[in-house]
Amino acid sequence: MTRAQPLIQARGLVKRFGDFTAVDGIDVEVRSGEAFGFLGPNGAGKSSTMRMVGCISPPSGGELRILGMDPVRDGPAIRARLGVCPQLDNLDPELTVRENLTTYARYFGIPRRTARARAAELLDFVQLSERADSKVEPLSGGMKRRLTIARALVNEPEIVLLDEPTTGLDPQARHLVWERLFRLKQQGVTLVLTTHYMDEAEQLCDRLVVMDGGRIVAEGSPRALIERHSTREVVELRFAAESQEAFAGKLDGLGERVEVLPDRILLYVADGDAAVAEVGALGLTPANVLVRRSSLEDVFLHLTGRTLVD
Amino acid sequence: MSVAQQARERARPPLPRVPAVAVFAHYLVGYRRTWRAGVFSSFLLPVLTVLGFGVGVGAYIDQGVDGVRYLDWIVPGLIASTALQVAIGESTWPVFSNFQWIKTYFAQSAAPLRVGDILTGHLAFVLFRVLTTIAAFLLVTALFGALRSPWALATLPVVALLGLAVAAPTFAYASVVSSDSWLAMLFRFAVIPMTLFAGVFFPVESLPVALRWLAYLTPLWHGVDLCRAAALGVAAQWSVPGHLLYLAAWALGGWLLARRGFRRKLVV
Repeated sequence: MTRAQPLIQARGLVKRFGDFTAVDGIDVEVRSGEAFGFLGPNGAGKSSTMRMVGCISPPSGGELRILGMDPVRDGPAIRARLGVCPQLDNLDPELTVRENLTTYARYFGIPRRTARARAAELLDFVQLSERADSKVEPLSGGMKRRLTIARALVNEPEIVLLDEPTTGLDPQARHLVWERLFRLKQQGVTLVLTTHYMDEAEQLCDRLVVMDGGRIVAEGSPRALIERHSTREVVELRFAAESQEAFAGKLDGLGERVEVLPDRILLYVADGDAAVAEVGALGLTPANVLVRRSSLEDVFLHLTGRTLVD
Repeated sequence: MSVAQQARERARPPLPRVPAVAVFAHYLVGYRRTWRAGVFSSFLLPVLTVLGFGVGVGAYIDQGVDGVRYLDWIVPGLIASTALQVAIGESTWPVFSNFQWIKTYFAQSAAPLRVGDILTGHLAFVLFRVLTTIAAFLLVTALFGALRSPWALATLPVVALLGLAVAAPTFAYASVVSSDSWLAMLFRFAVIPMTLFAGVFFPVESLPVALRWLAYLTPLWHGVDLCRAAALGVAAQWSVPGHLLYLAAWALGGWLLARRGFRRKLVV
């Protein structure tokens, strides 16, 4: 394997379930040491992609190479070098925290003594040392998640796959998970994650793709995506009247784009303060004005729409 | 490849030679916490059945069966039916749960294991449960003086084969059913009728001819006949290689079906 070769390379990758196409011909390259994100609403094809990369779901079409190998033929050899943190925890509730790590280590051929030492290190890393001998059942959601992450690291993987790593966690638990993942990244571990939290993507990802309906609709660093698909700033106006629609017509031509929502109007502009002054000059007096920087969330909603996906 | 990667590659241990052993070890670690509760029932159950049927019912059966005391006659049958109960009990809810509830199989399939390893490792644990339960049963019945010869030990390989013959197809069944109420049906419509009519408590020959053939088709009858031949030192009612091949066919067929069922769930 040469230095330039990406760890994960997909070309025209397709996954079909019967008539349904979950992943519809995507091209992805993940390089060593980066944190790569798959963003998208539910049903965008993120998890199907992750399962193919995890070598438990054979592609229906296209090309996929992981660590230079073929996931269908070399599944076990690739999985020996991956760490997988699934969307739903699948820890063994009958075992203790420590045993969940040591029994899993044996699947990788790790000798018992090494497994014990590594379990102790990893429990320290995810701050669960004090619970090492407690059962898994009574642990909080955040603790279980951290244990699942520790389990994914038991074989010192080169790539760690995280499917929605912080979904369902409280803010404290999320920040702790982010901080641990950031530490891993610093250690040179390649992270691949899916998320529908924009703040998570902005915090963790060097590069990401936005998926919608099985296709990639945008690709780049969070910063680049914002620059390309949104304006520098966003002005949020709320009018006291029942319908915001009445005011929308008057704002036409202000900024690059005007978006009318049931409760507020968004102006996508380069200079927020200047836009607010122009609104004042038009004689409009919104009840509430907020000027903020564009976020990845604006890009995401712009690209994948505001319609609810279930 | 970077220097750090090369170093990691050197440090990476070779994958386990028999990965199913690592899977089996996982279940043993879990069993270490629960065996005490199980050991009570595996001693108590044989004591109660031997007392209830062998001694209690046996008191009314003066002539015995096939020329042996009813107690002696029934013990090998109970050995086989206990093996059946344990094998199927360990292959229904535990397998279903590993797919639907605690999802252990999915965790295992993310590791460098193949579907066959995941299946075989779990089956090995079921076999372990069958063998330890029957060993306990033999010990208890020996204390009651209901074992006539050391040949009774030959029932151990028989129950191992019987266990696989019923556990493997049950794994297949538990891997495809959509709800756990189907598992209760298996007990109602397969395990209980088999236990009652496959020659455990009375000879199959007492059944009407049509039912008799149904009994002959059950794997349990073949296990019962072999256990009885071993424990009583009498000739089997049917060919011994025939019995062994018939049970092996159930085990192999069940394993292949189970692997297909597992693959459909785990590799999608």
